[in-house]
Amino acid sequence: MGKKAFKAVALVLALSFVLALAGCGNNTANTEQNTAAEQGEGGQAAAEKKVYLVGTEPSFPPFEFTDEKTQEITGFDIDLIKEIAKEAGIEVQIQSLGFDGLVPALQAGNIDIIMSGMTINPERAKEVDFGTPYFDAGLKIAVAADNDSIKSVEDLKGKTVAVQIGTTGAEKAKELKEQGIIKEIKTYNTVDVVFMELISGKVDAVINDLPVNEAYMAKNPGKVKMVGEVLNGEQYGFAVAKGNKELLEKLNAGLKKVKENGKFDELKVKYFGS
Amino acid sequence: MQYYLQHLSAVFPSLLQGAVLTVEVTALSVFFGTIIGLFVGMGRLAKNKLAKTICAVYVDVIRGTPLLVQVFIIYFGVPNLVLQVTGNRFPIDPFIAAVLACSINSGAYVAEIFRAGIQSIERGQMEAARSLGMTNAQAMRYVILPQAFRRVVPPLGNEFIALMKDTSLLSAIGLEELVRKGQLYTATTFASFPVYTGVAIIYLIMTMTVSRWVAYTERRLSAGDHS
Repeated sequence: MGKKAFKAVALVLALSFVLALAGCGNNTANTEQNTAAEQGEGGQAAAEKKVYLVGTEPSFPPFEFTDEKTQEITGFDIDLIKEIAKEAGIEVQIQSLGFDGLVPALQAGNIDIIMSGMTINPERAKEVDFGTPYFDAGLKIAVAADNDSIKSVEDLKGKTVAVQIGTTGAEKAKELKEQGIIKEIKTYNTVDVVFMELISGKVDAVINDLPVNEAYMAKNPGKVKMVGEVLNGEQYGFAVAKGNKELLEKLNAGLKKVKENGKFDELKVKYFGS
Repeated sequence: MQYYLQHLSAVFPSLLQGAVLTVEVTALSVFFGTIIGLFVGMGRLAKNKLAKTICAVYVDVIRGTPLLVQVFIIYFGVPNLVLQVTGNRFPIDPFIAAVLACSINSGAYVAEIFRAGIQSIERGQMEAARSLGMTNAQAMRYVILPQAFRRVVPPLGNEFIALMKDTSLLSAIGLEELVRKGQLYTATTFASFPVYTGVAIIYLIMTMTVSRWVAYTERRLSAGDHS
């Protein structure tokens, strides 16, 4: 039975792969369409069906989060990319991913666009192509509301700081640690855990994007406060795979139109109140 | 308490959605994993050296590396490799990547369960079957495997339950299973305690259901033993 068993093993492995693909056809109709469109070279019908997958990490309110009632991913970024897509004449579908998985997923071709409150920085720009910056943000230090000892970056000397993995806040913290200011950095996957650690007193401060801190403070009044200056003037941008000029130009043109027709300001009022 | 119940009831519907996906991934992976495991387990006992080696390597590699890494390799690594080698994009859906990784992972553990089950059947059974004129394959199919299967039900149940809990790792590739649904809710509400106790309760209900079902199957299979 040696040879037979071997053949059977190979067959089963192949079969299970095929079945796995077929078995979840319904869940992935759009993705498969997407794949089909890409593989069917040049066919016009196929090209029209092309749906661009937008990767986002929906634990970053008010930029992207899951609506508690509808269970859909929404937020400033999501509405914005949908408006941009409308103007650019393309179809988009939102795909939820971990933040640190966004760039790898884009490089792997699992998604086409990143729209996730992503700060444009040189390290990332080496791996992906960013569009026109669409939002000015900055980093700010947050501490517990009753903390009076930390008032600026200098006061972080010897303190423990919590950050979200893969964010620019995490990079800033690393920089400060190398300068000998911060004593220890604790890294977490999602931003809510970062704040949880701050409130429970396990860390002294948090370095995070300013609007995210604001969103947390609005939801949980009286628990944390922001101190010090804005750390760096940073800008958010959407991104596409390196070298995907065609898509990037479409999106940039779309963003320009959305800014011109007033939709951009409408969204700002909707999500930030100003 | 008010706070607790309010968030628990708010998050519950979405947790249930996540639980459905958890069950789907687990069920498909257990199914494929059992098929893979059955053949790999027999392969490890085969006389053919090549088959034996391939199966042994598969079991060692899969059991020796974490499921999370395997998920990453399939979801990020394989499409990236295809892109590097062929220049073509090869997007993979998170659900497919999840089922694939979990099936391959589970297959290695199930293979060892089956191997042990088959080896636990006394040599005399095989010898007796062969002396009746059965071929090796026939003896395996009609004599050894039915008996072995009865013995592997409890460890298979363990594997089923372990895999169900391990699917929580799939939240890392954004698959909105039970844990991920909880994460997404806490991301906006910061109500981690009610949400994660809710998640734990749902896992507990699901794993208890599986263990009851395994116990029932075990009883039914052993009922014929002494009749």
